[in-house]
Amino acid sequence: MSEKKTKRRDFLFTATTAVGAVGAAAVVWPMIDQMNPDASVKALASTEVDVSSLTPGNTLTVLWRGKPVFIRRRTQEEIDEARSVKMEDLIHPEKDEDRAKNPEWLVMLGVCTHLGCVPLNDKGDYNGWFCPCHGSHYDTSGRIRKGPAPWNMEVPKYEFVNANTIKIG
Amino acid sequence: MSDHDYRPKSKVGQWFNDRLPLLTLANHLTDYPTPKNLNYWWTFGGILTFCLITQIVTGLTLAMHYIAHADMAFESVEHIMRDVNYGWLIRYIHANGASMFFLAVYIHIFRSLFYGSYKSPREIIWILGIIIYLLMMAAAFMGYVLPWGQMSFWGATVITNLFSAIPLVGEGIVTWLWGGYSVDNPTLTRFFTLHYLIPFLILGLVVLHIWALHVPGNNNPVGIDIKKPSKDTVPFHPYIVIKDGFALLMFMIVFAFFVFYAPNILGHADNYIEANPMVTPAHIVPEWYLLPFYAILRSVPDKLLGVVAMLSAILILAVLPWLDTSKIRSAVFRPLYKQFYWILVADVLILGYVGAMPAEGLYLLIARVATAYYFLHFLVILPVLGFKEKTLPVPLSITEPVLGGSPNLAAARNKESKIE
Amino acid sequence: MKTLYKFFSIIVIIIASNSHSFAAEKVEYLKTDWSFKGLFGKFDRASLQRGYQVYTEVCASCHSMKYLSYRNLAEKGGPEFPEDQAKAIAASFEVTDGPNSDGEMFTRPGKLSDKFVMPYENVKAAQAANGGAYPPDMSVLVKARGGGVDYIYSLLQGYEKAPEGVTLDDGVYYNKYMYGNKIRMAAPLSDGLVEYVDGTNATVEQMSKDVTTFLMWSAEPHLEARHQMGFKAIVYLIILTVLVYFSMKKIWSRVESEV
Repeated sequence: MSEKKTKRRDFLFTATTAVGAVGAAAVVWPMIDQMNPDASVKALASTEVDVSSLTPGNTLTVLWRGKPVFIRRRTQEEIDEARSVKMEDLIHPEKDEDRAKNPEWLVMLGVCTHLGCVPLNDKGDYNGWFCPCHGSHYDTSGRIRKGPAPWNMEVPKYEFVNANTIKIG
Repeated sequence: MSDHDYRPKSKVGQWFNDRLPLLTLANHLTDYPTPKNLNYWWTFGGILTFCLITQIVTGLTLAMHYIAHADMAFESVEHIMRDVNYGWLIRYIHANGASMFFLAVYIHIFRSLFYGSYKSPREIIWILGIIIYLLMMAAAFMGYVLPWGQMSFWGATVITNLFSAIPLVGEGIVTWLWGGYSVDNPTLTRFFTLHYLIPFLILGLVVLHIWALHVPGNNNPVGIDIKKPSKDTVPFHPYIVIKDGFALLMFMIVFAFFVFYAPNILGHADNYIEANPMVTPAHIVPEWYLLPFYAILRSVPDKLLGVVAMLSAILILAVLPWLDTSKIRSAVFRPLYKQFYWILVADVLILGYVGAMPAEGLYLLIARVATAYYFLHFLVILPVLGFKEKTLPVPLSITEPVLGGSPNLAAARNKESKIE
Repeated sequence: MKTLYKFFSIIVIIIASNSHSFAAEKVEYLKTDWSFKGLFGKFDRASLQRGYQVYTEVCASCHSMKYLSYRNLAEKGGPEFPEDQAKAIAASFEVTDGPNSDGEMFTRPGKLSDKFVMPYENVKAAQAANGGAYPPDMSVLVKARGGGVDYIYSLLQGYEKAPEGVTLDDGVYYNKYMYGNKIRMAAPLSDGLVEYVDGTNATVEQMSKDVTTFLMWSAEPHLEARHQMGFKAIVYLIILTVLVYFSMKKIWSRVESEV
């Protein structure tokens, strides 16, 4: 009899504690989620860039989601250089054909994958980019070749709206 | 109290506790002997702790999105309400939380008045409480300025102008408070800074308040000193924890109703109009919790004396332990005081009501009578009552009516259970 | 416990009487049933869409809604226009953007992320165009008026001939529900002013209701989420309160005396 009673009490306390814990967790979530990007930030997800004035061998840097995006109109030389690299020489193997669907245009986030600095144009041992913070070298396809960065510079989602306009995001 | 002989069981615990006696503190808090006859009016201390923490947590998260600038404050609040994830929820909790906080603190104060908890040896607890209350009012007032609506702006203008009543230096002080020649951006940024700071001062004072409480221990509905620990007490955990928890949940249901179903009912519509230094709203009223003092301020026709009366109405509470000359704590055994107590409650509610009304005609007359009575209660009735009142016999213990239960005691116990 | 209830009810009465007491010479507002009131209140989607049409075709020529963005029109809990329709609405407005690489401002079709285009550049321009009166921004207008939706709904239908003895200046109109009865806005609605896309008969009453519903949403865009979450939160709290109550009874039963 008394044993039964104890059991019921234990169940009551367990249930109360469990229900209370669920509620506490539910209250914590809004306090965390409020720090995530808000609706107005998410809405700014795409930007359109006019690239008509960009000549081969030059780079245009635009801001997208608060980060620089490099739009490089590559010369034939640079394209050839990027496409002739063997996969086994790469730290993060990716084909240039996959990174630049239209070989003349390379669009990527200008953010070093090491710790987030902005690499410099036309610098480094591979004729591409060089990150001044910790010495990462990128090639003409924006792929990491030497230095501490683990990955190639990221290619964002983009499309040509028409011959002169690129929509990023 | 077993505080001093407490020793953690584990080796690690002992090692730690010898260097920083946190475990001794935790043990003291859980074992803290509490009178077992505390009624639900005593749960508001715990509820207030919850309110303070809620305000701090929601306030910190709001501060991550709020912009303290005269041109952007209103817009940033709208941004919180519209775009920030759960921003509307957090802001409504914070705004209504201020009201709930004051509701709880008023109940807490009036509980103390009824059961004489401010009397020796608990004067320091009481005075710390009054300081906390003053800081709460400052925090609430400055917080109300931050959304930079019409009521924010004009409330700030009116309240800061109170200081201009001070002879000679008044004007200088007001200009100094504003950081300009009117309430403007410098005023807003300093109010934001102070609004952010004050809750942490309150938190520190709350620690002292509880520390001071744990020296003599809780008062109780019978108002007599009890031996601790004894048959008259229960350990704080789990008895008081669960009871406070139950009361807190009831309180949270009321709180949730306001947040989810009437989030703006306690606010004023004009505060959804952006601040405009060229136009004053038709009716300027403070938030409900400041209305009684606002009524006192307006009931005095002289500017300086009005401000003095309003401040005195609060500060008089600080000397209450010495104004009340009765040796008996609980109103349960003070039949006359009990009557006057309820008259005071009614008086304060009336003051709150007329505070919301235009200061003219009958309302002004009522405000003046109620103001006069307020001071009369503390300055005349309480001191005299201590000498004149014929009190009921007080039991020696809360568990058993020693001396064989007088009829009066039985009556008192009946009343007690009603209050519970 | 009884006194506790008494105390609470006194407080609630005081608060309630205060919040209603400000409109001293109060008039009875027109009544209609709002779908968004009550524990489970939700917006009437069709009414919101019609209300947007009234706003954009009638009110928007003078009244801004500067805290709203076109994306809001497609968001959950609002008018919920399909996304491509919201995009088309946004694109129908000319938005000033820039400066471009030449340092000049330019206009382009609106995007979902743009804020509602304002009829005037600033408050001064708005005043200048309206004989000195500033047509208030309508984003939170419903919350900025003591009578809320009922007030706005009534005001839109409250235009009357001025009674004997009331003289009106040029450009001032008589409105039964306006504070002081004098208003600088001419009666904005007339039967059939708007041709509703969904074929609803556009009476003044219908348009008033639709546009007021729209304004309620614009002032309180998360109202539906709030009501839904509120119901869950309160049910949860009641369950936990009951559990804690029985736990408390169990625990206190160890002590012999009554609680």
